Amino acid sequence: MQRIGVFVCWCGSNIAATIDVQRVSDTLAHEPGVVFSANYQYMCSQAGQDLIKDAVRDHALTGIVICSCSPRMHEATFRKTAAAAGINSYMVEIANIREQCSWVHKDKMVGTEKAITLGRAAIAKVNLNAPLIPGETPVTKRALVIGGGIAGIQTALDIADAGFEVDIVEKKPTIGGKMAQLDKTFPTLDCAACILTPKMVDAAQNDKIRIFSYSEVTEVKGFVGNFNVKITKHARFVDETKCTGCGLCTEKCPQKGIPNEFNLNMDNRRAIYIPFAQAIPKIATIDPEHCNMLKSGKCGVCSKVCAAGAIDYTQRDEVIEESYGAIVAATGFNPISMDKFDEFAYSTSKDVVTSLEFERLMNAAGPTGGTLLRPSDGKHPHTIVFVQCVGSRCSADAEKGKEYCSKICCMYTAKHAMLTREKYPDTEVYVFYIDVRTPGKNFDEFYRRAVEEYGVHYIKGMVGKVMPQGDKLIVQASDLLDDRQLRIAADMVVLAAAMEPDKSARSLATMLTASMDTNDFFTEAHPKLRPVESPTAGIFLSGTCQGPKDIPETVAQASAAASKVIGLLCKERLVGNPCVANSNENMCTGCSLCERVCPYGAITYSDKEFKMPDRSLRIRRVASVNEAVCQGCGACTVACPSGAMDLKGFSVQQIMAEVDAICK
Amino acid sequence: MEVKNERLKEQLIRISGVNPRKCMKCGKCSASCPSYDEMEYHPHQFVSMVESGNIDPLMNSESLYKCLTCFACVDRCPRNVEPAKLVEAVRLMVIRQQGRNRLTPDDIPALIDDELPQQAIVSALRKYTR
Repeated sequence: MQRIGVFVCWCGSNIAATIDVQRVSDTLAHEPGVVFSANYQYMCSQAGQDLIKDAVRDHALTGIVICSCSPRMHEATFRKTAAAAGINSYMVEIANIREQCSWVHKDKMVGTEKAITLGRAAIAKVNLNAPLIPGETPVTKRALVIGGGIAGIQTALDIADAGFEVDIVEKKPTIGGKMAQLDKTFPTLDCAACILTPKMVDAAQNDKIRIFSYSEVTEVKGFVGNFNVKITKHARFVDETKCTGCGLCTEKCPQKGIPNEFNLNMDNRRAIYIPFAQAIPKIATIDPEHCNMLKSGKCGVCSKVCAAGAIDYTQRDEVIEESYGAIVAATGFNPISMDKFDEFAYSTSKDVVTSLEFERLMNAAGPTGGTLLRPSDGKHPHTIVFVQCVGSRCSADAEKGKEYCSKICCMYTAKHAMLTREKYPDTEVYVFYIDVRTPGKNFDEFYRRAVEEYGVHYIKGMVGKVMPQGDKLIVQASDLLDDRQLRIAADMVVLAAAMEPDKSARSLATMLTASMDTNDFFTEAHPKLRPVESPTAGIFLSGTCQGPKDIPETVAQASAAASKVIGLLCKERLVGNPCVANSNENMCTGCSLCERVCPYGAITYSDKEFKMPDRSLRIRRVASVNEAVCQGCGACTVACPSGAMDLKGFSVQQIMAEVDAICK
Repeated sequence: MEVKNERLKEQLIRISGVNPRKCMKCGKCSASCPSYDEMEYHPHQFVSMVESGNIDPLMNSESLYKCLTCFACVDRCPRNVEPAKLVEAVRLMVIRQQGRNRLTPDDIPALIDDELPQQAIVSALRKYTR
C-alpha cells in the first residue's frame, strides 16, 4: 500500500473562488492510502513546494497527488519537487481542478464535488503507480532546415554560427525564396536583393552549411535528437561540381518561350535556365518537360556550348540519407489563386496583376527591367487601382478566400503606391481599403507618408468589379465615406492577394507528425510561450509556414527557432520519456496491428522460442518495443486486440482504477 | 446606443436568414450593385441600418423596389452576409401589410409589351405582391 500525500492548490482565487479547497483536502484525507492532506495558496511557489518536501519527509510519503492546474502547466515542476524530496518523479499524479473544473463551473457545490471526484481518481491511480526510470538517448549534432527562403537562411546561419552543421533543403533550383522576388522592402525602402543576396552568399560559403537545392525531403523517421531523413535530390541534368554558372547554355538553348516562374510567368526562359543572376547555387538546371534532348534525344546544344562539360543528360534523382538532431520547417507561403475572384477580371485582362507580379514589374531585374509598363501593351500606366484584402478576411461560409488577415498587404500596398508616385508623379494611384492595418515600428508613419507626402488616394470601400473596356479597366467601387459609387477608368489593377502556406507543408507535416491548423499553417507548441516550436519534440518553426508575417518578424522568428535548435543540439544526451509501451509476450498473438499503427516505427516483430505448459517448445512471432524510439502515444495499446500491449505509467489497470473511482 | 425596433429587427433577421453582425463594412455589396444610382439606401446601408434598428426609413424607401435581386452583392460578399436577402425581407415586411401590394394583377395588361418576357411579369408579381 502506498503512503499518499494530497496537496490541494488554491491558485490564488483561480481555484479557491469556485471550489471549497478545505472541503476537498478534508474529504480526500479519508481516501485509501492517503496519510496526509493539505491545501495551500500557491502550491507551485517555493513555499508550496517546501510544504510537499516536508510532508514527504515527515510522513514517509511514497506517492503524491496534486490537485491544481493542468499537468501541461506544472507537471514538470512537481515531478522535480518529488525528485528533490527523494521519491520517484513518476509517483506524482496531477488532478486538474482548474482548467477542467474551477474555470468551467460557477456553482461552488458542483465544482467542489467534481474536484473531489477528480482527486479520488488521481489517488486511485497513484495507488497503482510504480517508479519509472527514463532512458537516455544521444543527440545527433546536426540540424535540417526545410525551405531556403529568408527564414530558412537566417535559421541556418544562426545555427552554423553556434558551431553546428546545418543542411538546407530547397525544392527550387536556388535559395532565396519570396524575398528574392521582391523589389523594395518596407518601411525603409531598401532593396530586397541588396540585403538578401549577401546572406545567401554567407550561407553558401559557410563550411557548416550544406545547401541541397532542387531537392525535397521525402521521408522522416525517428524522434527528437535522432531523426533519419531521406532527401531526394532531383536530377537537374547538370553536374553541380563542374558548372561554373557562366550562363552560355541559357542563351544558346533553342527552346524559347517557356514561362519564367521566377518572373511569375510574365516573361520567358529557356529549357535550361538559372532563375536569376544572383542565384545560389549558381548552377544551370534543365527543365525535363521542355528539353528536346530529354524528350526526343534531338538537340544537345547546351552540351556542345558548355566549356566545362557539365551537362549530363543521364543524371538521375539521387536519394541522400542523413541523420539530424533537430528539424526546422521553413516552407513559406504563396499568394492564393485568383480563380474564385472572377469579378476582378484577373484571368481576362493581363493588366490586372497580383501584388507579387507588381513587385517583378517594379524590379530592375524583372521582365520590364524596372520600368513600370502594362503587361498588355507595354505602355506606361497613368491610373493604377490597388485593391486590398483580396481573399483575406473572408468568412468560411463564403467558400472562397481565407478567414485570416494576411497581415503584410497593407504595408506592401502602401509601398507600391508610394514607389509608383515617386517614380511616376503623373500616375494617379488609388488604394481601396477596408481597414488600414499598420501596427509595427515606423509602419503607420510610412502609410501616412504615402497619403500626405505622395498624394495616394486612399478610399474606404471595396472594388465590386473590374470591366475591361477597350484598353481601359473600368473599376466600379464603393467610396463609403463619401457615400457614392465610383467608376474609375484605370490602366492597371493590382490585387493584394491573400497569402497561404506553401502546398508542400501539408505532406511535410504528415512526415514530421507536426500538427497544423485548418489553414495548413504549422501549429506552435504554445501560442504565446512557445511560438517557434511544434508540439512534436525536435521540430521547430520558422517564418510564414507558422502564420502570415513580414520580413522583420520572419527573421526574428528564424533566429528564435535557431536558438531553440542550438539549445537542443548543445545537449549530449536527451532524457527520454519512461512512459513507453511494452508488450506482454505471453499474450501477443503476432498480428502486427501495433506495428502498423505505430507512427514512430518503434515496434518490431521477431520469432521467439516459448515453453508450452506441456513442456514442448514452440516458436511464436511476437512484438517488441524499442523504448528509445517509442514516444508513448498509446496508439498500439488501443489497437492491440489481445491486450498484450500496455503503456507504462498509463496501464489499463491504472486507467480502469481511475474510471472506477470516478464512477463510484 | 439603444437599438430601436428590436422586435422588427429580430423578425427581419429570422425571415431573411441574414446575420448583419457578420458584416465587416467593406462596401463590396454597394460597389457591385448595378442599381446603385437608383437607390436612396444602398445594400451596405440595408445591412448596417437593420443592425442598428433604423428600419423605418428603409420600409418607406423606394429603394426596396429598385433592387434587381441580381444577387451580385450576395455572390461577392467576402463575409457571406447576403444583403439582397435582407432587402427582400424588408420588402416582404412592407408588402405583407394590408393594402401595400406593389403590383396587382390588374396592373399587368398595361405592362405587357413585346420586349418584356412574360417570365419577368410573373416574377415581378411574386416579388411585389403578398
